Amino acid sequence: MAREAMRGHKGWGQQWGSPEPRGEYDVIIIGAGGHGLATAYYLAKEHGVTNVAVLEKGWLGGGNTGRNTTIIRSNYLYDESAGLYDHAVKLWENLSQDLNYNVMYSPRGVMMLAHNVHDVQVFKRHIHANRLNGVDNEWLTPEQAKEYCPPLNISQTARYPVMGAALQRRGGTARHDAVAWGYARAASDRGVHIIQNCEVTGIRRGGNGQVTGVETSRGFIGAKKIGVVAAGNTSVVMQMADVRMPLESFPLQALVSEPVKPCFPCVVMSNTVHAYISQSDKGELVIGAGTDQYTSYSQTGGLHIIQHTLDAICEMFPMFTRMRMLRSWGGIVDVTPDRSPIIARTPVSGLYVNCGWGTGGFKATPGSGHVFAHTIANDNPHKINAGYTIERFNSGRLIDEAAAAAVAH
Amino acid sequence: MLLIHCPYCEEERPELEFRHAGEAHIARPADIASISDEDFAQYFFYRDNPKGLTFERWRHIHGCARFFNAVRDTVSDKFVTTYKTGEPKPDLAEAANENKPQAKKGRGSK
Repeated sequence: MAREAMRGHKGWGQQWGSPEPRGEYDVIIIGAGGHGLATAYYLAKEHGVTNVAVLEKGWLGGGNTGRNTTIIRSNYLYDESAGLYDHAVKLWENLSQDLNYNVMYSPRGVMMLAHNVHDVQVFKRHIHANRLNGVDNEWLTPEQAKEYCPPLNISQTARYPVMGAALQRRGGTARHDAVAWGYARAASDRGVHIIQNCEVTGIRRGGNGQVTGVETSRGFIGAKKIGVVAAGNTSVVMQMADVRMPLESFPLQALVSEPVKPCFPCVVMSNTVHAYISQSDKGELVIGAGTDQYTSYSQTGGLHIIQHTLDAICEMFPMFTRMRMLRSWGGIVDVTPDRSPIIARTPVSGLYVNCGWGTGGFKATPGSGHVFAHTIANDNPHKINAGYTIERFNSGRLIDEAAAAAVAH
Repeated sequence: MLLIHCPYCEEERPELEFRHAGEAHIARPADIASISDEDFAQYFFYRDNPKGLTFERWRHIHGCARFFNAVRDTVSDKFVTTYKTGEPKPDLAEAANENKPQAKKGRGSK
C-alpha cells in the first residue's frame, strides 16, 4: 500500500479476472449479486468445487446488493429463521478476516421501536423466542431507547409515541459493495470465473429432463448443475426451465441524505410507522422505504412511498426535518407468500434456486451462500435450510414470518 | 405515482385511491375441498409474475370501491387498458396496436 501511495496508485491489479467462458462448467450460478458470489465462494472453499462460473447480465453487485440499506440482524421469530439468519450473523462476525477484505461489518445495534400495545406484545414475544434460540435481543424502556439513540423523540405528544424498543446489539450494518467485491475477489482467487455482461436467455435440458447448460448472450455454456440466484428476476429465469414459482416481484425504494458528521449511533426500525434509518460511514443517512403495492421490474417506484417514510422519520427524529435528501433509487425484490426465502432443489434435476428474500436479503448474504453451496454440492440441503423448500407451499408447512410481523415487509 | 383509469368511474385517478389486488383471471376451483394439495398451491400461492404485460386486479377503494382488471407492462409500469370485472381478457395484440407508445413489450419477456 505504501508503495502504491508513492506512485499515484497506478500499479493496482484487477481484483478479479474477466476470463472468456469455458465450454462447460461443473456449476453455473446465474446472478453475480452477493448471494450468488457467496455461493460460488463457499462452493470453492468448503466443497472443493472450483470449476464454477457466475454469470451476470449487468455488472457485479449492481442489483439489490448495491441498492439495499445494509442492515444486518437475526431477531426473527421462528426456529428456522433464527437458525438461518443467526448462521449469517456468525459468519458476518469473521467475514473480513475470512475474505481478507474489509466488509466494514459494524455491530452497532438494531433497535426496533414499539408504538402500540400490539407492538409491545409482539416484540416481547420475539425477545423470548430469540432467547430460546440463543439469539440476543433485549427489551428497552423508552428512556433506555433514548439513551441508546439520543436523536430519538420519545415525547408523549408524538403522533405515535414510543412505548419501548427491542434491541439486538449484534445487529448492525456492513458495506454492501465491499461484500460483493470481497466475495468476488476471494472466489476468483480460487478459480471461479465471474462473467459479467452475459445474460442468460435460456436453460437447455437433456432427454431425461436434467439440465445441460444455459443459452446466453455470449453463446451456449454447458453445466452439470445450475443455481439460480436472480432475486427479482427469478420468475423469469425459472420460466426458462418451465418452472412456475410462488413469487411476486415488487419495487422497493431507499434513499440517502447529504453526508453529515456522525450523529446517529445505531440502526432504528419502526414497522408501525414504517421507516428505518442508519448513518453510513460516509455520513449519509440511509433510509429505507416500503415496497410499492404493484408488481414491477422497473427498478423504480412512486414518490409518495418515499414521502410517507420521510414523514415518519421527521416525526421520530425532529432534528432531521431540515436535512436534504441526496438520492433515491429502487430495486426489485422477489417476495414469497410467507416472506421467507426458498433455498432448495427444484422439480428439475440439476437445477437449484435461492430466491424469495423479499425486502431483507442482504443480512443473510454469507449464510445464504454457505447453505446454498452445500445444497448444490451435495444435492441435498444443509440442515439449516432443510425447511426452505418450494414444496412447503404444497404441504402448508410455511415459515410464516409474514404473519409473525417480525420484519418491515 | 401511477395514474389509473377506473372503468366504472370512467376517469383517471391517482394511485393513492387504489389498492393493487394481485394477478387477475385466477378462478377459484369450484370444489376446492376435493382438489390436490399441488393444485391448491398452484391456485393459492403460485403466480406468473411476468416481465412484460401482466393481467392484474385493482380495487378503487377510495372511490367506487369496486374491483376491476388491468393490463400493465411491468417493465415500463404503463397501463395498456383497464376493464370491468367479468369481462374477458382483452386481445393483447389489438391492445398493443391501439396503444403503441405505451405497450412496449418488456425486454427479455417471452
